[in-house]
Amino acid sequence: MSPASPAGVHARARIGARADRYGRTVLPVLEGEAPLALRRTRATGPAAQVTLVGAMSGPLGGDRLVVEADVGAGARLGVGSAAATIALPGQDGAAAHYDVRLTVASYAELRWLPEQLISVRGSELRVTTRADVEEGGCLVLREEQVLGRAGEDPGLLRSRLTVRVAGRPLLDQELTCGPGAPGGWDGPAVLGGHRAVGQLVLIHPRFAQEPPAATMLTDHAALTPLPGPGALITALSPNALHLRHTLDEALHRLT
Amino acid sequence: MSRAALLVLADGRLPAGGHAHSGGAEAAVKAGRITGARSLEDFCRGRLHTTGAVSAALAGAAALGVDPVALDEAADARTPSAALRTAARKLGRQLLRAARVAWPSPELDALAARFPKGAHQPVVLGTAARAAGLDAEDAAHCTAYENVSGPATAVVRLLSLDPFEATAVLARLAPDMDTVARQAAEAARRAWDEGTDTLPAASAPLLEVGAEGHAGWDVRLFAS
Amino acid sequence: MHLDHTHDEAAAVSADAHRPDGTRRALRIGLGGPVGSGKTATVAALCRLLRDEMSLAVVTNDIYTREDAEFLLREAVLPPERITAVETGACPHTAIRDDISANLEAVEDLEDEVGPLDLVLVESGGDNLTATFSRGLVDAQIFVIDVAGGDDIPRKGGPGVTTADLLVVNKTDLAPYVGSDLARMAADAKAQRAELPVVFQSLRSEEHVSAVARWVREQHAAWAGAAAK
Repeated sequence: MSPASPAGVHARARIGARADRYGRTVLPVLEGEAPLALRRTRATGPAAQVTLVGAMSGPLGGDRLVVEADVGAGARLGVGSAAATIALPGQDGAAAHYDVRLTVASYAELRWLPEQLISVRGSELRVTTRADVEEGGCLVLREEQVLGRAGEDPGLLRSRLTVRVAGRPLLDQELTCGPGAPGGWDGPAVLGGHRAVGQLVLIHPRFAQEPPAATMLTDHAALTPLPGPGALITALSPNALHLRHTLDEALHRLT
Repeated sequence: MSRAALLVLADGRLPAGGHAHSGGAEAAVKAGRITGARSLEDFCRGRLHTTGAVSAALAGAAALGVDPVALDEAADARTPSAALRTAARKLGRQLLRAARVAWPSPELDALAARFPKGAHQPVVLGTAARAAGLDAEDAAHCTAYENVSGPATAVVRLLSLDPFEATAVLARLAPDMDTVARQAAEAARRAWDEGTDTLPAASAPLLEVGAEGHAGWDVRLFAS
Repeated sequence: MHLDHTHDEAAAVSADAHRPDGTRRALRIGLGGPVGSGKTATVAALCRLLRDEMSLAVVTNDIYTREDAEFLLREAVLPPERITAVETGACPHTAIRDDISANLEAVEDLEDEVGPLDLVLVESGGDNLTATFSRGLVDAQIFVIDVAGGDDIPRKGGPGVTTADLLVVNKTDLAPYVGSDLARMAADAKAQRAELPVVFQSLRSEEHVSAVARWVREQHAAWAGAAAK
């Protein structure tokens, strides 16, 4: 456990999932540093289920949090979180960093379905999520960004999502929004006043042969095939609840 | 280096297919998000700092001579909308046709042989700029400009917007275009040194979603 | 990266009579003219008449729909893979004259995918009397007007009427109903066009599209003859 420095908390949480010789998923690595904690929770299927528990609201400005999940060949892992991640201002105005590193081996599956990220007024958070999937691996990854708590202006949020399959970049996008973001971020080309935006990435070998057809899911949500064995749903909503509903429906439809 | 070559490359009359594309403006007009000069400017500014910044960096990197296959792959990953990938390759192919006649070069020929159905347009533009003796910042400038001039011209047709107002929008965006081009040239140099993963990836969710919707319309004025 | 340097010649010149592989490309004939003059009906009639004697394909340039392409598909004048629609961004004349890149791509894709072709018909979107095809896109062009559009159109001239390789005055069966003077139209066209041919046609008559088809066959014979030399 790293001591909290004046510059903020530096903490890391790691999950390692492996298939045992009976085909069950075991978790040889499951460790978190405060404020990040990991709990193995009851799974409904053959996959192992882990819940990320934040011991407090955060991250705060200056914090550096890293969460890693590594799913070995044949293993199946689901990861959720107990509550929304809330980006809060720090005392010295420094930015917070939140890095997520996911690796999925062949014949492995990772369902990464955390709760929303809420960008609070005055906060500054830099999120990077990077998923590396080996050929034949499966990934379901959800990201939801909520701009401000109810009726509140957002902070500055930069969120980059990179997905590579078999070493090739399949998806690389960065959303920057809130005060201090480049001009036009809330205008008619980017967010247009929407306060919740989400992505659902699906990587599956079957998409290489049968890419899903591009489809509109709502007026502000679309499914599109990625340039490889994957699909992306992008949705904009007035609020977090509506966004989750749209993404859940899409997930249900595709899996 | 020829300053005039930049004007030729950036000319809206360059026969490279741009006139048939609105850069997402048609979908935004239909959805009521662009209604006049003010919202057009907001649209263009947002587009410029997202897809414009990414395209300008790709073009700049191609102008420096970064591997166009790696750049095309990077462009694919930064263009999640399948409809926009199709449009970008179509426009790339059309630009390549024009560029090969205007600035014949083995690199442009090789690009055509490698991508017979078209590479992403900014990758072609950067390679064309290189063939024309232009540098990374020139290519980035040209890309930043056409990233917003296309929608502005389209909105003149879609809304019967006063063309003087549309031109004034572009003039007001000039400082932003300069900033984007300068940053794109820096990003291009970084891509040269450290690889294409370092290129910017700024996205515009409404453009992505709107493009998929637009591609499904039966009646439309523009191809994208 | 090392790109293959397989294309050393400047193969991108649009007016080049050869495809990149060195074979001679199809003859391209453009059909232009004002909205509603009967371009699509003429293209459909030509396809029906010529499809058994030559390998044909069509490119349409719709203004804001795919209706012309869909009409041809519905009428089944050619198999669907031989019909392509080009989108013109509200500027049909731009797509056939000032920026022909999308049309060239469509023509070349047809040759690649369903070729070898003898003839590609490129139909423009309905436009005004000044809209003509670039010589970089087509080898010959037909301008289609109709008697109901006013019998003074030949007199007014304009690049389409004056310079097209063939002027078609369509819907002659309607002349009595709209008060158009065919003799005057013929005289005005002669004055504007000197030796360039003019065809008066009604797709409802027995003669139908045969005069235009004859002209197309002559163009093709000349094109094929040039190739044989």
